[in-house]
Amino acid sequence: MLEPKAQPADGVLRINMGPQHPATHGVISFMVETDGEIMRKATPDVGFLHRGVEKMAEITSYPGFMPYTDRVDYLASMFANHGYAMAVERLLALEVPRKAQYLRVIADELNRIASHLVATGTMAMDLGAFTPFTHWIRERESINDFMELICGARLTYNYLRVGGVCADWPVGLTEKILLWLDHFEPIIDEFNRLITGNEIFINRLANVAVIPGAMAVDWALSGPNLRASGVPFDLRRCQPYSVYPELQFDLAVGTGSRGTVGDCYDRFWVRIVEMRESCRMLRQLLAGIPEGDFKAKVGRTIKVPAGEVYSAVESARGEIGYYLVADGTDRPVRVKIRTGSFTAVALVEPISRGLMLADLVAVIGSLDIVAPEIDR
Amino acid sequence: MKALADILVVQLLGQDPGSWPFTWVVYAAVMLVGGALAMTFVALFAGPVTVVERRVAGRMMSRIGPNRVGPQGVIQWLADGLKCFLKEDLIPDEADHPLFRLAPYLVFAGMFGTFVVLPFGAHLVAADLNVGVLYLFAISSIVVVGILAAGWSSNSKWGLFGAFRAAAQIISYEVPSALSVLTVVLFAGTLSLQGLIREQGGMPWDWFIFRTPFTFAAFFLFFTSALAEGNRTPFDLPEAESELVAGYHTEYSGMRFLFFLFAEWANLWIMSAVAVACFLGGWNIPGVSPATIDASQGLAFWSFQAISFAVFAAKTSVLVFVVIQLRWTLPRLRVDQLLEMCWKYLVPLSFACLLGVLVWAWAVTAGSAVDLAMRLIMTCLGVAALVAYARRVRFNYVADKDNYLKMTGKELWYPPYRLP
Repeated sequence: MLEPKAQPADGVLRINMGPQHPATHGVISFMVETDGEIMRKATPDVGFLHRGVEKMAEITSYPGFMPYTDRVDYLASMFANHGYAMAVERLLALEVPRKAQYLRVIADELNRIASHLVATGTMAMDLGAFTPFTHWIRERESINDFMELICGARLTYNYLRVGGVCADWPVGLTEKILLWLDHFEPIIDEFNRLITGNEIFINRLANVAVIPGAMAVDWALSGPNLRASGVPFDLRRCQPYSVYPELQFDLAVGTGSRGTVGDCYDRFWVRIVEMRESCRMLRQLLAGIPEGDFKAKVGRTIKVPAGEVYSAVESARGEIGYYLVADGTDRPVRVKIRTGSFTAVALVEPISRGLMLADLVAVIGSLDIVAPEIDR
Repeated sequence: MKALADILVVQLLGQDPGSWPFTWVVYAAVMLVGGALAMTFVALFAGPVTVVERRVAGRMMSRIGPNRVGPQGVIQWLADGLKCFLKEDLIPDEADHPLFRLAPYLVFAGMFGTFVVLPFGAHLVAADLNVGVLYLFAISSIVVVGILAAGWSSNSKWGLFGAFRAAAQIISYEVPSALSVLTVVLFAGTLSLQGLIREQGGMPWDWFIFRTPFTFAAFFLFFTSALAEGNRTPFDLPEAESELVAGYHTEYSGMRFLFFLFAEWANLWIMSAVAVACFLGGWNIPGVSPATIDASQGLAFWSFQAISFAVFAAKTSVLVFVVIQLRWTLPRLRVDQLLEMCWKYLVPLSFACLLGVLVWAWAVTAGSAVDLAMRLIMTCLGVAALVAYARRVRFNYVADKDNYLKMTGKELWYPPYRLP
């Protein structure tokens, strides 16, 4: 028979889950130590997708860095655009036209829905239910079509400019989006009937990988993951930017409806609720797009006065923040990008102890980790 | 098969094969032909059912599914099979070569062996063993050996995980599935599958499932356990693609991989056919008793064979369809939940069903008023369950015409894949 390969004699089986594995959502690797089906430990091994985006910023002009920010998070690139544009505008002390603010937030919320569709869909797929995913992808396709009309791109938008957005609002798109919202909101109920209320699904997620609120704060978790742990923190509410102060919306906070506050099911449920809230915001925004310019008057070359700034927006994966140091030239001295997935992936190690191997995919899915956002 | 050979020779040639000098040669030839026919049947089921499954899945997922090879993709399965034939046969360097080669055959043999006792029609059965049910459970256990060998010999950690999960799962679930089939064995007093079918009748109230509440429950217990034994969703843990890459057949490719898939899809027929034979009246034609079929001659006899096969195939196909639907609806259980469900719920419940049938068979005489009333009640219950099920799944198959018209301004011609 087989000679077993050299394994330490402690009875622990070490498995490399990734970098090419169907459940790791991109190129991440997890060093999993298992005792049978029970995980002793799962250590994330990141860096496979490191592209040096921050370094690229230092050799690119301020407007020229905008397309690179798209690649920070390919599922929610509008937020990466937004955070960077806001950082530069703050240093420039630039007033962005009201219409541009509206268009930015509409694009943000559309992108948030698209991103949550993928997050919740792939989560169901990781747990073995394939059908919900394809239904969500069908809906996301509509959003991609809208995005194509808005900015010409379906995935990496490059929509925002310093001082505004790249193009005016297309004629007739408002009606199309409103029509789609009428169609989409019942589809959320359909999705809930299909998978959210499924007994097997709930049993797989409830009480699994609980992150208590205090722990979530300690580990600098942000976004839906933090709110799922019962902490009502949302940059749109707590550090309002753009036109968010004028919008009516509720924060989706984990309530432990099926298990404990901060379990995988809460993280899933918070995203479903956030899609509804985004629809609500979109209706308000589309009803009141003001007249005016879509872009402030900004020269082709931007020279930013010396100084430093940190600006953050609420992305679909938590806070995406840009720490920008300028020295008065047309290039930044240093850009540091803070992303939600990077802090979330660090939490996998402490919360995965003692779970089953199959729970690891639920944990990865529920934290909504996107590999390029971890590594940048 | 021997019985069928006798009938064939007597009816077609008008002679008694027992009087021939080399009777065994005739029998052996008939056996070979029968084996080849059964194999053809399995291939002709397992191939096209993959296309059916993918089309059903496509419909449920609001996409199309394979529709390029042949009209509406009907011979996609031939293309897939041919592709697997032409692939390089890879065996990992550090795999246990003999075992690695052997494993697919074990899985296939275990699967194909069940067709010895599985009936297709009134007289269409390879061998009507008097220990048919016992044989069925024994031979299908060989599949576990094959899966375990595949996972172990691959020398892959994912394969090993899949193999151990399979061993734990299939062996556990054999207990409730055997126990729930025992309920109908108690009723009929025979282990022969043909005997079980003959005890039932053509009409739903003659079927074992509607005889008592206990057999009704036992049917669902059996169906659930059969799903788990066949590694079908929600119990497809041994090959859980999002956890274990591909489970026990991670390292397999080409023809050997095809053998696993082949066995898996053929197993769809097996589990459904056993459920139909044991609970749903088998091949019984409504209004025609098995004795009438036995007594018929010539064309009538062969027509009865064909009709009984059609009845059996229709019932089985319905169950196959349900299994396919379940696969594309439900998420997967976790391994501890899976075993908990087996040992904490299914095993005690199937024991309870067994005891219930014992008490029923002792207390109620067949044909008495209580018996007839219960059959009627259970049949009504069954029809109600069927209607509720149809209403629940109807949604998946009805195209959302109004919404499509609203969103696109166009009439719908085929499922709504894409909104504006």
